[in-house]
Amino acid sequence: MTDVSTPASGSDVVVLEAGRSESHYWRNLWHYRELLLFLAWRDIKVRYKQAALGVAWAVIQPVTQTFLLAFVFGKLAKMPAGGIPYPLLVLAGLLPWQLFSSAFSGAGNSLVGNSHLISKVYFPRLLMPLSALAVALVDLAIMLVLAVPAFALAGIPPSWRLLLLPLFILGALLIALGAGLWITALTVKFRDFRFITPFLLQVGVFVTPVGYRTDFLPNWRDLLALNPLTSVVDGFRWCLLRGETDFNATSLVISLLVTVGLLGTGLWYFRKVERQFADVI
Amino acid sequence: MAELPVIAVEHLSKRYVIGHAGQQDTLRDTLAHGVKGIWSALLRQNEARRSTKEDFWALRDLSFEVQRGEVVGIIGRNGAGKSTLLKILSRITEPTEGRVSIRGRVASLLEVGTGFHPELSGRENIFLNGAILGMRRAEIRRKFDEIVAFAEVEQFLDTPVKHYSSGMYVRLAFAVAAHLEPEVLVVDEVLAVGDYAFQKKCLGKISAIASEGSRTVLFVSHNLGSVTGLCNKAVWLTEGRLRTTGPAAAVVLDYVRSQSEQTRSDYDFENLGSTERLAGRFLIRSLRINDGLPVTHRQPFQVRLQFRTRAAVEGVAFGLAFCTPDGTRLATYDSDFAGQRRTYPAHHEGWIDFLIDDLPLGPGRYSLDCGARSGDVTGLDYLPGCGTIDVNPGPGTSAGAVQIPGGGLRLQAHWTDSPAP
Repeated sequence: MTDVSTPASGSDVVVLEAGRSESHYWRNLWHYRELLLFLAWRDIKVRYKQAALGVAWAVIQPVTQTFLLAFVFGKLAKMPAGGIPYPLLVLAGLLPWQLFSSAFSGAGNSLVGNSHLISKVYFPRLLMPLSALAVALVDLAIMLVLAVPAFALAGIPPSWRLLLLPLFILGALLIALGAGLWITALTVKFRDFRFITPFLLQVGVFVTPVGYRTDFLPNWRDLLALNPLTSVVDGFRWCLLRGETDFNATSLVISLLVTVGLLGTGLWYFRKVERQFADVI
Repeated sequence: MAELPVIAVEHLSKRYVIGHAGQQDTLRDTLAHGVKGIWSALLRQNEARRSTKEDFWALRDLSFEVQRGEVVGIIGRNGAGKSTLLKILSRITEPTEGRVSIRGRVASLLEVGTGFHPELSGRENIFLNGAILGMRRAEIRRKFDEIVAFAEVEQFLDTPVKHYSSGMYVRLAFAVAAHLEPEVLVVDEVLAVGDYAFQKKCLGKISAIASEGSRTVLFVSHNLGSVTGLCNKAVWLTEGRLRTTGPAAAVVLDYVRSQSEQTRSDYDFENLGSTERLAGRFLIRSLRINDGLPVTHRQPFQVRLQFRTRAAVEGVAFGLAFCTPDGTRLATYDSDFAGQRRTYPAHHEGWIDFLIDDLPLGPGRYSLDCGARSGDVTGLDYLPGCGTIDVNPGPGTSAGAVQIPGGGLRLQAHWTDSPAP
């Protein structure tokens, strides 16, 4: 148990100056990685300590939503499923959507929700939205542990494609981070943005192909791909449903570009206003 | 080779922008301002826009240096910029102008129990709070037993801290912070909490840290007694500027002397302190002492406190305390001690009168602290050293007390002749 990485050497000089972008920003973030885990651990622990049904909530919510969306899209709207039981199709789409929506809303509220910390102690502010991602990942893990056997029982056992799932999980997290950084930084200044998050999520669940297959909507594909989550959902389906749904390369490229753009600008804006958080929060 | 200073502050300034109708924090306001801005730019009426906001310089062109091993007390009146300085040194906010260079790891204690979560147990909070203050997990584990012993909470380690008494809570919180081992420790007036024995323990810990010689401590306090006791150097701020710096005892003496120049009956705290204070739920706006009349020993004494709320607050207890000019607390009056707590709606504007029938303070000079809290631990507003009073001798004052002022409380007791035991 040695304390190797404490950068507490006397030669370390910190210079505080107006508008100075910190040269050690990323190294500093790495140094605070334990705090990231502690913050995530706190949020998970508190959430499940307060809720009597605890972990069950992480399951009840998506299951209800799966059957609801399957009913609306499969039965009422009669969207084609291509031989896959409709609830499974929806579940495969809902997993990444839940991951995104919990990561996005968590990241979006992270700064204002922790304003007492921001005004009293220093740490790289980026830790706050990042720890929200970790919380969302834990929820996803619980759902995946239950969903994969459910798929197997319904006749779709896991295949090698499942090994590629982490890539799409990463995709969903990066999109959530990009959007969350924008929202959380804006919320510090304009509290109105708090109300925008639920609105975006309500619209998002329909704009994202959670309840329908994109490969049966060729005319809409490129437009849908502008929402980078489309490719994540397609990717999840491709991994979980043994490639029975088609996976479109053009859409993936468009989604990737949008993701990079969102994340890049999100980071830029967050870092630009980060230094003023304590003054306005 | 001469050693470089641990902290070098050069021409440091910090500006806050205060909006007239509170903070500008809704999108609508900004959009409206945007349109107005364009409009006034078109009409070349820039003045109209400027008048809606006001610049407030919390610090102005401040320069000083701190050498390794020095224990520096930062003193000054409310609003002199002490807290802003600590916030900049702790990297919570950045300077507007000037620069600060710091050699070594900084740990700051601007509040006890930052990041404590009420639902988590004492044990869990030690780790969480330690991590927030910048300790590594291995480091916390190594010092865990020491922290628990210092806080005296062994039996309650696995109880959620929401069930802790406020004393236990503060002890645990300070214990974690006291076991940080930074090169530079920045401490705000956190010691104003907890019972006397624990305050002494805290001060003892700080002086132990200080006496090691390799660590540097910056300490803000209204208690000038603990500044002279702990610090070897003091920095005195007035209105964001450096008034003087030098050996602690000499600076404190100058400061006490300067304070005796003015006593007033009206104090305004409307634009005092951080934006955080001004944006809070509850704000003490002003004090009027004894309705402008002289204050007299053993006569009625009255303070009128004006306040406003931004949001609804429940169970509000007001407090008023008397201190010696160097900040040592002599007597405290809390409204909840008299069984009174009040609830106010949002955007309420109110006055409350505090009245003592028979002022027990002997002739001399005293400083006032006032504050309000909601429930037992949530501070709403706290203004230490918010006013100064000169108590005059009155008809009830004994001749001895007139000749030797500053005797503190002059209280009644029973004195009876007793036969030899």
